Amino acid sequence: MDILALLDPQILASTIRLSVPLLLACLAGLFSERAGVFDIGLEGKMLLAAFFSAAVAFQTGSVWLGLLAGVAASLVLAGIHGLASITFRGNQLIAGVALNFLAAGMTVLVAQSWFRQGGRTPSLMGGARFEPITLPFARDDATGIRYFYTEVISGHSLLAYGAFLCVPLTWWVLYRTRFGLRLRAVGENPAAVDTAGVSVVGLRYASVMICGILCGLAGAYLATALQAGFVKDMTAGRGYIALAALIFAKWRPWYALMATLLFGYLQALSLRPDLIERALGFNVQIQLLDALPYILTVVILAGFVGRAIPPRAGGEAYVKER
Amino acid sequence: MGKMPNWADVILIPLISLLIAAVISALVILAIGENPLDAVTLMIKGALGSTYGWGYTLYYATNFIFTGLCVSVAFHARLFNIGGEGQALLGGLGVALACLYIPWPHWTLAVLGAGVASATFGALWAVIPAVLQAKRGSHIVITTIMFNFIAAALLNYVLVNLLRPPRAMDPASAKFPASTNLPTLHEILAPIGINFSKAAPANVTLLIAIAACVFVWLLIWRSKLGYEIRAFGHSETAANYAGINATKITVIAMLISGGLAGMMAINNVMGEAERLVMNSVEGAGFIGIAVALMGRNHPFGVFLAAILFGFLYQGGAELALWTSIPRELIVVIQGLVILFTGALDNMVRMPLERLFLRLNKGGA
Repeated sequence: MDILALLDPQILASTIRLSVPLLLACLAGLFSERAGVFDIGLEGKMLLAAFFSAAVAFQTGSVWLGLLAGVAASLVLAGIHGLASITFRGNQLIAGVALNFLAAGMTVLVAQSWFRQGGRTPSLMGGARFEPITLPFARDDATGIRYFYTEVISGHSLLAYGAFLCVPLTWWVLYRTRFGLRLRAVGENPAAVDTAGVSVVGLRYASVMICGILCGLAGAYLATALQAGFVKDMTAGRGYIALAALIFAKWRPWYALMATLLFGYLQALSLRPDLIERALGFNVQIQLLDALPYILTVVILAGFVGRAIPPRAGGEAYVKER
Repeated sequence: MGKMPNWADVILIPLISLLIAAVISALVILAIGENPLDAVTLMIKGALGSTYGWGYTLYYATNFIFTGLCVSVAFHARLFNIGGEGQALLGGLGVALACLYIPWPHWTLAVLGAGVASATFGALWAVIPAVLQAKRGSHIVITTIMFNFIAAALLNYVLVNLLRPPRAMDPASAKFPASTNLPTLHEILAPIGINFSKAAPANVTLLIAIAACVFVWLLIWRSKLGYEIRAFGHSETAANYAGINATKITVIAMLISGGLAGMMAINNVMGEAERLVMNSVEGAGFIGIAVALMGRNHPFGVFLAAILFGFLYQGGAELALWTSIPRELIVVIQGLVILFTGALDNMVRMPLERLFLRLNKGGA
């Protein structure tokens, strides 16, 4: 038994890499749901963004143009979601499901039509990818804390560091700005916001669009930083894990960081069964690790470990009184 | 209210939504450089042009009838069950256990036993989210999504570690004994002189699916329980006031819903594969959402919508075979149908309501 193997620097570094898309998608969901718009279409937005970022990055050779294209694609889906659930007051959940299918089908269809490689983009190289950044003071021959810093903290892409900066930023926007106060209010009691003369529809559209931008970043990260190119269904349920993390985090930004790091850690572990065996002395079923985020979420939802209370007006369209 | 005649609500709106979805799909086909008319012709020929095509269309439709009914029963209680996929997976496990471990003398008994097993497994997989929703207020959509993933992991574990025969490579159960094999439409139709394709997987489960439609119709519109489910779906507070127990209705509606999804496994696991394989449901649980929305939660509508999606599925497979249009086109169409018949319903409904209002005024 070697319990420290569970804190292997490689595992921790891969935890950070795998947490980034979860974190971005989780914050995306946080903005949307805090404003009262449930979004189970995170998965679809990420997927579409992943494809378009990879496709455009490949064609232009510029990862930044790719990023822009990914965010734009995600924003289009966010716009449809807003149209369906805010303007036409449709069922937000059904809209999310529809977007997921739309993205799952469209990406393969367009990828096949553009690249003819069985629903994927060609591999990205050089400037078409976000390369790992070596932070200052990181050295290959370092020991102790500095070794940890070099191996775990340093060496991620720009998007990854950006994602972690989004956490304090989200906290600040939600809890320290007027916009954030109104956004939270519109998710709890839209009628009160309306009475105060603030546009419910405008606020909700704004939050859905922020959600689109963040999902776009998450998708672009998947295809241009975590991996080099788009493959079919590459989000692999991450949108749903992010949703689980959001509930786990009780719709709060700092908790979202903790939850996504935890779920990222579980994903990293399931890639290295040998390490688990070394650490615990027995074999843990990979399937159990895969299912653990979902099981934990159900337990949290059941209210056995602290209660997760969603925004009060979530899921309901606001109908102005006449 | 009476803004609109009933037929417009039940027939016109779904048709218009479907038309919009079809037009957009045609544009998508155009955009990837293929001819939509050729594509439709090929689909019709491939899915409906031969008994082989029909055999596949009806086979897929059978799956979708079960999952469509699953979603619609839950919808009547205003519960959105996205868990059909996981419930059908578990239903498959029930079928596999029943077929592998009980020596059935004849397929008629086997289908009864396996049917009960599949419905039980599916229902039990739905009951935890139901209880959590009713007792603890956890959102059923989220829990059923989570249960889909948990079901996939569970099936993965069971197939790899428990049901896989020794020395077999692929994660699948052993072949079911021959006495549990269901008669195909070829065998059923041969005595009355119809030569149905031998190779197509459509089987006797189609009749069970039709019976399930009738059962759901009786349940929802002709029974006290169905009345309670609908009342609960329309207004929880009113139902509560009328003495309808919210917990009971939520749990029962989800039990029936999950049981129907589970019974899909009679078709795909027992009827077609004749063994349990990984990912046996292949997304049929999610198509149930589109089918229920298109069918307006009515069993007859679900039946028609399931046939339509069966046609799309088989036609899409033919397209992928003969053209460069990938199968995923069907996923796009499915998404569009869900979007327009489900989420953007009001976009079609509002102008129509205005139109009918004007027509009525003109007439009066």
